[in-house]
Amino acid sequence: MSLQIMTANRLLGGGVVYFGENEEWTDHFASAKAVEDNDGAAALLAEAEKAEANQLIVGPYLIKVERNEAGLQPLSVKEGIRAKGPTVHYGHGTPANSSGSVSSGLVKE
Amino acid sequence: MYRYDEFDYDFVQQRVAQFGDQVERRIEGDLTEDQFKPLRLMNGLYLQLHAYMLRVAIPYGTFNSVQMRKLAHIARKYDRGYGHFTTRQNIQYNWPVLKDVPAILKELAEVEMHAIQTSGNCIRNTTSDQYAGAAADEIEDPRVYCEIIRQWSSLHPEFTFLPRKFKVAVTGATTDRAAIRVHDIGLAIVKNDDGEVGFEVHVGGGQGRTPMIGKVVREFLPKEHLLSYLEAILRVYNQIGRRDNKYKARIKILVHETGIDEIRRLVEEEWNRIKDTALNLPLEEVDRINDYFAPPTFETLDATSRSFEVKRFEDRGFATWVRANVVAHKKPGYAIANISLKPEGEAPGDITDDQMEVVADLAEKYSFDEIRATHEQNLVLPHVKLDDLYDVFLGLQEAGLATGNLGLISDMIVCPGLDYCALANARSIPVAQAISKRFADIERQYDIGELKLKISGCINACGHHHVGHIGILGVDRKGEEYYQITLGGNANENAAIGKIIGPSFAYDKIVDAVETVVNTYLEIRDGAEESFLDAYNRVGMAPFKERLYA
Repeated sequence: MSLQIMTANRLLGGGVVYFGENEEWTDHFASAKAVEDNDGAAALLAEAEKAEANQLIVGPYLIKVERNEAGLQPLSVKEGIRAKGPTVHYGHGTPANSSGSVSSGLVKE
Repeated sequence: MYRYDEFDYDFVQQRVAQFGDQVERRIEGDLTEDQFKPLRLMNGLYLQLHAYMLRVAIPYGTFNSVQMRKLAHIARKYDRGYGHFTTRQNIQYNWPVLKDVPAILKELAEVEMHAIQTSGNCIRNTTSDQYAGAAADEIEDPRVYCEIIRQWSSLHPEFTFLPRKFKVAVTGATTDRAAIRVHDIGLAIVKNDDGEVGFEVHVGGGQGRTPMIGKVVREFLPKEHLLSYLEAILRVYNQIGRRDNKYKARIKILVHETGIDEIRRLVEEEWNRIKDTALNLPLEEVDRINDYFAPPTFETLDATSRSFEVKRFEDRGFATWVRANVVAHKKPGYAIANISLKPEGEAPGDITDDQMEVVADLAEKYSFDEIRATHEQNLVLPHVKLDDLYDVFLGLQEAGLATGNLGLISDMIVCPGLDYCALANARSIPVAQAISKRFADIERQYDIGELKLKISGCINACGHHHVGHIGILGVDRKGEEYYQITLGGNANENAAIGKIIGPSFAYDKIVDAVETVVNTYLEIRDGAEESFLDAYNRVGMAPFKERLYA
């Protein structure tokens, strides 16, 4: 089974969150708890269900990831952008995320 | 300009209170997400990739300086200092938090604005010609009928849960600037042989995964029958439109599969049953609404302005801006000033709170307090005196809003794409920014001439790529962003769906591919007067394909 982590959006703010190694929901992709067996995935789903019932998160789902020497990496462009924010600057010069041009920093499926 | 009546006021106030209660119940856990989602969508609130997104309605794209200042205030107080103008003449905010949305709606209601009919399977906000009331080629002001449709559709119990969303556009001019032929219903105000004014009714147009050009269901509809005829079309759709498959639920599929003749028969049968009922438009009501859109008190002016001509001679930047962005007005001595939201290297349609304030000030001072949002993601000051144009230009220039590229290759329609949108397959904005930089030389853009380039990040086609002279569609190929090119699309009165030229291009190849297409056009055109679209229609796909895949 592939390495997976649990992600969702916060109910109140809408921001992207991950279920973390410390058993808390975190904004940081790198701190996500990764599992690679069915039991681990079931445990993440149970945590997500609990957090939904407690109005913490909305729309949870599992995503496949990869671990390399730099840590966890998303496997799709979409999850890379979710993790880091828009790749374009906006508003009063809010900078683009570091994945910037094309998909550097993102590992592809 | 239209003002709320008491009914509108009460209705919007009720909605604000209801949604405030619904948000509270959601946060307290009394509503699940499944229960809450249709309620938030009825109030324009989506959940996107990074955050909630609130889409605020600007009915038929017409608003004023007070409303623009409120939009700026909301961007500043509740969002990240900017807003994004959309292809339905609306504005959306990309970063509001859920608990603030009731407060935002309350603030919008203070200036007669709301987020109703910007989402969900209802009749969406009716769109129109951004030059309405100012265009020289106008038969009648289409906004009067947009407003009548708004009043009829906003709380229509029969059409609250349609098979899918339903979009209507109205144009009152001979040149179609509202893309009516790619709407579920498109209405063109026309004159018949007897000189009477009515509507040519198009049905079944649309983009998305199955693009269609609308078909004429009635060549001339007397004005008083507008609502009964629309109701007949909606009833036929509501009854036999498909609800079993989301991708086949739009009326364009029904028209395509049933055939326009049978649709016409069904619509006319229903219409004959209801046309002489309460749906008949009382002419005094039309006149009453017409009064709200009465033209401003224009001065009697000479058709030319010496000061304008002098400034155009002295300031090359002004001359360039005028050349592209200023359009003839129906009144002598006045002009329509377009404000491009496509400066080089920026996200198309984005505008900061400070820029909104500048546009509000200029509208108040120089354009009878009127602003228009366009479906091409720009803004318009519709009634500016030629004598005042230079001051308007200087004000825009200081705010970074004086890009003179209207209708040129860098004036692209672009959806938010994968940088914001949960449905997208690929990014659109960075592709647009790269194209804008590649073609930054304005003289080169003028040499290329009129060229409508439109980019969508997925097949839902929010970036109107199907009707771009050059269309770009982002696709997902095994997790990688690729881009398909279409040529020959057109959104005006000669509407056409573009054709796919061939295999798609990787992210880092798409700008080169666009440049190859443009250079091919420059080589094959029959003189500078032949536009890209005319050249394509003359020679077809072959020379472009040959160069692109050599």
